[in-house]
Amino acid sequence: MKFVTAILRPHKLDDVREALSEVGVSGITVTEVKGFGRQKGHTELYRGAEYQVDFLPKIKLEVAISAAQLESVIDAISSVASSGKVGDGKIFVSNLEKVVRIRTGETDQDAL
Amino acid sequence: MKKLLLSLLALMPMGVFAEGLDGANTSWILTSTALVLFMTLPGLALFYGGLVRSKNILSVLMQCFAIAGIVSILWLVAGYSIAFADGNAYFGSLSKFMLAGVTEGSLSGDIPESLFALFQMTFAIITPALIVGGFAERMRFSAVLLFSAIWLIVVYAPITHWVWGGGWLGEMGLLDFAGGTVVHVTAGVAALVAAIVIGPRNGFPQKPMPPHNMTMTITGAAMLWVGWFGFNGGSALAANGDAAMAMLVTHISAAAGAITWMFYEWVKFGKPTALGAVTGLIAGLGTITPASGFVGPAGGLVIGIVAGVVCFNAVILIKQKWKIDDSLDVFPVHGVGGIIGTLMAAVFASDQIGMFSGQGLAEGMTIMSQLEVQAIGVVSTFVYTAIATYIILKVVDMMVGLRVSAEEEQQGLDIISHEERGYDL
Repeated sequence: MKFVTAILRPHKLDDVREALSEVGVSGITVTEVKGFGRQKGHTELYRGAEYQVDFLPKIKLEVAISAAQLESVIDAISSVASSGKVGDGKIFVSNLEKVVRIRTGETDQDAL
Repeated sequence: MKKLLLSLLALMPMGVFAEGLDGANTSWILTSTALVLFMTLPGLALFYGGLVRSKNILSVLMQCFAIAGIVSILWLVAGYSIAFADGNAYFGSLSKFMLAGVTEGSLSGDIPESLFALFQMTFAIITPALIVGGFAERMRFSAVLLFSAIWLIVVYAPITHWVWGGGWLGEMGLLDFAGGTVVHVTAGVAALVAAIVIGPRNGFPQKPMPPHNMTMTITGAAMLWVGWFGFNGGSALAANGDAAMAMLVTHISAAAGAITWMFYEWVKFGKPTALGAVTGLIAGLGTITPASGFVGPAGGLVIGIVAGVVCFNAVILIKQKWKIDDSLDVFPVHGVGGIIGTLMAAVFASDQIGMFSGQGLAEGMTIMSQLEVQAIGVVSTFVYTAIATYIILKVVDMMVGLRVSAEEEQQGLDIISHEERGYDL
């Protein structure tokens, strides 16, 4: 099993959610986060005073999937979340040891 | 039908109408009084509240409310008497201590004196509340109260007497319709002096301190725009052409100030900001205030445009070049606006300048001679306010200490001063 964490441009979220549904992902978790990468921050202007804002708003999307789904999930996310410009985000993949569905007590593959 | 009306009229208690009272004027000033109080509460409180950081929102709202309460009581006790009772050229007297002699029947002109005292009270409330912007986010609450109380009696009430209460500036013929000197120069200069004496907020100017809630600021600014109709329109003290023209030029100047600032910023920094537009709006309103009863619509337009350009540059100069942390830019917007508005009143009041003409200068006055009077008004108000404010701050510092500690400032005044939070999200 794999745990995929993706950092996305906020306005790409709806497209990504649809693309993931199409490849059979049945649940995702989304968090509003702030951070910076190569895009750096942006400036804000208040009465002529420019402030450097270091952290930009992004969406962190988390999804637990079976190893077999991994490539299709990565493809789905990267195809719709890409604009070709700096700031499109990243996808992190890690191994997932155990999953439990709280309601039934089902584990691992059954609980995905 | 006619009979019915007549019999109804006969039933009305005629005794409540004092001799010489004008009902139309009275009803307009009653309305204006409410509009001017609305400028402070909640207008100015929200305008300022949105501009500070979220940990200090409540302290700013609280300071505006507490000042409104304290000033109202002091105005009753002695403020009104110092400002408006008969006295010498510099000071009224204490003959109207506790509003003595202000009864249901007593008149000021053709409106009840109780109403005049109340209308003026709302001006007395907003002036020290404006100063809050100069020392916001770092002043001890007890010091705010003590400073505001002493300042009202020592600075505001006497200068009001000079200009409107039969004092020397009024006698000299100073044109200040609704408080360019009395309200805006005094508040602006006091905020500047307070910002210098108390020192900048920790981290200024390296650390960004952006407004925490622009929506609140714009809401407050919009309330100020509406309330200002009472401020300037009400200062005619009558429901007449003066009041209507004052309201018209006020509105034109406000619109021109907002749009000028917006375009200026757009050209200079690349973006038209909402904060810029509302700041230009306030600059336009403050600047037209002294001139509002004397100038015409085209004059009001020019005054608003000049306000946008000059106050914009004043903000940059004072905060970014001189690095004075007049935190919410009270001096560059209100002080500078009050100064240039008082000076421009001399020009645009003239009825000799074609389409830009106003209502005309007093008999025997020229633009130049009126300008001289206006300059004397500005300089004397500026100097007296600066010196007196400095002394009051030093005295208050000795009594209770002006500033919270660095650690308390870091935590925020809401928790430190009031043990409350503005938000629990």
